[in-house]
Amino acid sequence: MNIWLVLLLGGLITFGMRFSLIYLFGRFDIPETIRKSLHYIPPAVLSAIIFPALLYPADSLDLSLGNTRLLAGIIAILVAWFSKNTLLTILVGMAILLIFQLL
Amino acid sequence: MSEARKMFLEGVRAEVPLLIGVFPFGMIYGALALNAGLSNSAAQLMSSIVFAGSAQFVTTQLVHEGAPGLVILLTIAIVNLRHMLYSASLAPYLKNLSLRWKVLLSYLLTDEAYAPSIIKYEKDGIHPFSHWFLFGAGFALWFNWQVSTAFGIFLGAAIPEEWPLDFALPLTFIAMVVPVLKTRPMIAAALSAGIVALLAYSLPYKLGLILAALTGIIVGTVFEGKK
Repeated sequence: MNIWLVLLLGGLITFGMRFSLIYLFGRFDIPETIRKSLHYIPPAVLSAIIFPALLYPADSLDLSLGNTRLLAGIIAILVAWFSKNTLLTILVGMAILLIFQLL
Repeated sequence: MSEARKMFLEGVRAEVPLLIGVFPFGMIYGALALNAGLSNSAAQLMSSIVFAGSAQFVTTQLVHEGAPGLVILLTIAIVNLRHMLYSASLAPYLKNLSLRWKVLLSYLLTDEAYAPSIIKYEKDGIHPFSHWFLFGAGFALWFNWQVSTAFGIFLGAAIPEEWPLDFALPLTFIAMVVPVLKTRPMIAAALSAGIVALLAYSLPYKLGLILAALTGIIVGTVFEGKK
């Protein structure tokens, strides 16, 4: 699919969701189960991207100590856990990966 | 000063602290989008066509991985589902507006515009000009996002290619997801999605991502129901 078509349709989907219930006010409500499940979208989608990004660095499973992305990722997880600071997490993770690659 | 202008400026002011936090992300997005192989114009226009930070980051990552368009669109839909909640929550406060206003305010309805607006409306109620508050907050964020994206694209072009800049994307996601892992259903959702993503990695068209995301969402919801 052409990237411009993806952007256009992606924009329409995003707008449609924002517009949906403002437009349908009073005629439709979100069922409770769906409402609950929305909270789990960010951890689910993001983890589904993070795990392979760390464990399949070059398109194959790499659980060795030579997997610098896995090591830098684990350190970033610790930084995120203790600091809850987004920019610090990104900066430390990038710095660690760069250092590992230079070693 | 007219009442409309007053509300607009109040919305802008309420948005300022959020703008400071969002600006670096617009820059990171711009730089990473270039790095992922998007053209300058596609990277910049995604910020106005899609105008949704997390969906843009995820799209960038998927373009980088060569995922097919349909998988990207399905992922954008899942990531943006939460906007239906905002839409439902603001709907009673916007119900008297013209269709044109509803369209404009829907386009501007991001996490960062929703947050100060719902607080304002729940506290003060609505009057004939209160939608200008949401417009002010939404427009301020929109403007900030376009400018910060442009800065990022400009800087991204100057970063040497051998730098592993693509790694900043999973790092951004780590920084977003780790702080929300405070309850057992959240942790269960994240772990199950991650494990399924690893097991289903070899599925074609990056369908493993969709399968993993849906698994995590279901596991989290079921876990919560059991408490």
